[in-house]
Amino acid sequence: MKLDSKIPEGHMSQKWENYKEHARLVNPANKRKLDIIVIGTGLAGASAAATLAELGYKVKAFCFQDSPRRAHSIAAQGGINSAKNYKNDGDSVYRLFYDTVKGGDFRSREANVHRLAEVSLNIIDQCTAQGVPFAREYGGLLDNRSFGGAQVSRTFYARGQTGQQLLLGAYQALERQIGLGNVKMYNRHEMLDIVTIDGKARGIIAKDLISGKLERHFGHAVLLCSGGYGNVFFLSTNAMGSNVTAAWRAYKRGAYFGNPCYTQIHPTCIPVSGEYQSKLTLMSESLRNDGRVWVPKKKEDCGKHPNEIKEEDRDYYLERKYPSFGNLCPRDIASRAAKEVCDEGRGVSASGRAVYLDFADAINRLGLDVVKARYGELFPMYQNITGHDPLKQPMMIYPAVHYTMGGLWVDYELMTSVPGLYALGEANFSDHGANRLGASALMQGLADGYFVIPYTIGNYLAGEIFTKAIPTDHPAFEEAEKQVRDRLNKLMNAKGDTPVDEYHKRLGKIMWEKCGMARHAEGLKEARKEIQELRTEYWKNVRVPGDINEFNPELDKAMRVADFMELGELMVMDALNRNESCGGHFRVEYQDNGEAKRNDEEYSYVAAWEFKGDNTEPELHKETLNFEEVQLAVRSYK
Amino acid sequence: MKINLKVWRQKNENTAGKMVDYSVNEVSPDMSILEMVDVLNDDLIRKGDDPIAFDHDCREGICGMCSMVVDGRPHGPQHGATTCQLYMRNYKDGDTIYLEPFRAHAFPVVKDLVVNRGAFDRIIAAGGFISVSTGQAQDANNLTVEKAVAERAMDVAACIGCGACVAACPNGSAMLFVSAKVSHLNQLPQGKPEASRRAINMVKQMDAEGFGRCSNVGACEAECPKEISITNIARLNREYLKAVFTSTEE
Ligand SMILES: Cc1cc2nc3c(=O)[nH]c(=O)nc-3n(C[C@H](O)[C@H](O)[C@H](O)COP(=O)(O)OP(=O)(O)OC[C@H]3O[C@@H](n4cnc5c(N)ncnc54)[C@H](O)[C@@H]3O)c2cc1C
Ligand code: SF4
Ligand code: FES
Repeated sequence: MKLDSKIPEGHMSQKWENYKEHARLVNPANKRKLDIIVIGTGLAGASAAATLAELGYKVKAFCFQDSPRRAHSIAAQGGINSAKNYKNDGDSVYRLFYDTVKGGDFRSREANVHRLAEVSLNIIDQCTAQGVPFAREYGGLLDNRSFGGAQVSRTFYARGQTGQQLLLGAYQALERQIGLGNVKMYNRHEMLDIVTIDGKARGIIAKDLISGKLERHFGHAVLLCSGGYGNVFFLSTNAMGSNVTAAWRAYKRGAYFGNPCYTQIHPTCIPVSGEYQSKLTLMSESLRNDGRVWVPKKKEDCGKHPNEIKEEDRDYYLERKYPSFGNLCPRDIASRAAKEVCDEGRGVSASGRAVYLDFADAINRLGLDVVKARYGELFPMYQNITGHDPLKQPMMIYPAVHYTMGGLWVDYELMTSVPGLYALGEANFSDHGANRLGASALMQGLADGYFVIPYTIGNYLAGEIFTKAIPTDHPAFEEAEKQVRDRLNKLMNAKGDTPVDEYHKRLGKIMWEKCGMARHAEGLKEARKEIQELRTEYWKNVRVPGDINEFNPELDKAMRVADFMELGELMVMDALNRNESCGGHFRVEYQDNGEAKRNDEEYSYVAAWEFKGDNTEPELHKETLNFEEVQLAVRSYK
Repeated sequence: MKINLKVWRQKNENTAGKMVDYSVNEVSPDMSILEMVDVLNDDLIRKGDDPIAFDHDCREGICGMCSMVVDGRPHGPQHGATTCQLYMRNYKDGDTIYLEPFRAHAFPVVKDLVVNRGAFDRIIAAGGFISVSTGQAQDANNLTVEKAVAERAMDVAACIGCGACVAACPNGSAMLFVSAKVSHLNQLPQGKPEASRRAINMVKQMDAEGFGRCSNVGACEAECPKEISITNIARLNREYLKAVFTSTEE
């Protein structure tokens, strides 16, 4: 199949308008006859499900948590971008578009990003109308803060709980539609396969996690809003349940996987403390507004108490290396710089894998109360986890896996390469190129769900109004369910001696060491082999307790880890294929004195991988990125 | 350090449960209590036993998924924190800890420490929203909201829907949860047009779900991980009475 990104005609700023003017519509009476399945109720899924139901479609929504309100989006802290220019500091749709393309190291599709910047305006309006309690100024108007990778203040926030408040807004809109009978909600359900009939997505196989029963659901279209796959590394800032299964099953049913190797490593997380560690906690990037990052100049000082290290013996390395952005340089750059100073032996903490984030200057300048008010929950949260008070001594931080820019390949309409199958939010590859700017994931999730899919899905469903609901005893449903059942049985029957988590940790270690912050060809080749071996061992030797037909979280986890094992290999292959450094993908062979060296001649494309069978190499398709508006340049934050 | 555990084990909703003894060696003070249960479960699985089922997801105090009554208190002894935020540095070698599910008539046990809190979603569906469909909003800055009002709304909007208030209440009342949502939305100018309907419909659904009456015990406030104030219940009562007397609807 040829990749067609379906970018509309016209000037960049006119494409979305043109699209909307010409997209096909579905009349209200027909909408009632069309079923849409939405997997996931994070910002992308909840906003999509609510909006599509408001429009009159019949929606079924699924999530694996016990309530749609608990999707991982709830944990986002810092804020959401929008080109409102309420601060009058020179922001505009164009500038947000430009910053995002540049921040993504020129590896995203311009037309999608421009649309994102355009609808960012509507998002803030919608959320405010829903009652999201954004921070306000004394005049009663909305407040903004600045965030990494931008020189304007365009980030809206609700204390340190922006994701929570935005998700509750979307969740409440969703619950309203559930109450009206327009959405049927399936909590504690996990989608385990996609059903395709005559090449189109027509439904799913889901497991009721309480009873263990497999269910079949028909839909005229299926939306995957299942989030990112950072947990392939085991340790990440993602919630424990975040997984790739929905996206991976789609891949195995023909949806291309875009740029799987693009991973964002967030610079400000609480460092690892021991083997038992189950997740890493993010300290919001907004802390870099007032916190200054440093390590001792001399290795000998690393063991000292930070407050005893004199000013002239500190290396504020971000300010030194990137004077114009300083502590606010983008994430990939800040993370790599931290790794570098720790590699030089100047890292702090017992493990030597941490740097300081210091608020002393901010407290002197602004006063304790202002600093405390600004970062709400974050300081007590840090103190609770580590036992140290960041108002008295600098925080210790280290980079951790945080977000995956890669995901299912989608066209301008957010449709995957399988007709009728869409991917929204972090689950798609679409808008962030090789690196995402802070406060842009929330924006993208809500843009996709509230303002993009409601238009683009009509263009497809207008052609489906004569398709009657397909009974779920159709052979395609039978076959998909059987495959799922076989996988479940195989895991249960392995009856080995090693718990799922141990395999997950081992996979995570391979990924972190060989496909993490710095990658090179040799390591990647080794990683591929190691993952293959680990996978073989897993299926033979994993121990899953309990039964299939009962509430069995270990079995659910085992299914997720099985998919991570396959995804890991594809990530490594993608990283090996991309012989350049860009954004979050840093190949040590391709650098200029530590700065990433892109190769626009050869790699200015989206790598879209097509599954060809379990024992066959996947096929690489290339979507060439054409830049009409933005000049390709070396991404400099100096 | 070594920690002894007494844990509620219950196969499913329809079987009886009982407390079972366990112990975990080599507990690090930097572990969270959930990480300690992970370590125990790893051991149980290797021994061929059934691991302890418990709910969790974000492990940083925001998703509201973790539950558990720790030593008789929902979310444990630490004020203003969830179970996942409870670290073992608060315990010492040889301590015994009791782990039980959130118990309430409206929250049936699913397995071990996992309960079903679906009733909360149904209460929200009954009225915990502002009726504004996508695309109907005006420019956000056309509407000013006094900073103090926005801050107060945020204080209550911080509720994570965990249900600790219900588990703490001797009557199994959901008033703190409901009052938090009503206070969040009814204070804001955007939420005013539906204020009466919201209060009436949410309270009606709460009653239908089998939550108990509030008798001002105050345990909910003491155990709420987000420190939602009990004054919100008084506010809900006022709103509700006003709504009932002035409502022109059925
Ligand atoms: C700690 C943290 C802080 C962050 N802070 C910010 C920030 O300040 N600003 C910002 O812009 N971004 C931030 N991000 C990123 C942002 O939160 C996420 O990218 C975004 O919320 C993802 O939303 P989503 O809707 O795509 O997916 P999610 O919110 O992850 O939702 C996934 C949904 O899919 C469901 N699901 C998954 N698989 C299945 C399956 N197989 N079957 C059924 N259901 C399934 C889940 O139940 C869930 O409902 C942060 C991320 C983290 C980890
Ligand atoms: S009011 Fe407090 S205890 Fe009750 S659900 Fe909300 S956060 Fe939990
Ligand atoms: S696991 Fe999310 S609040 Fe505890």
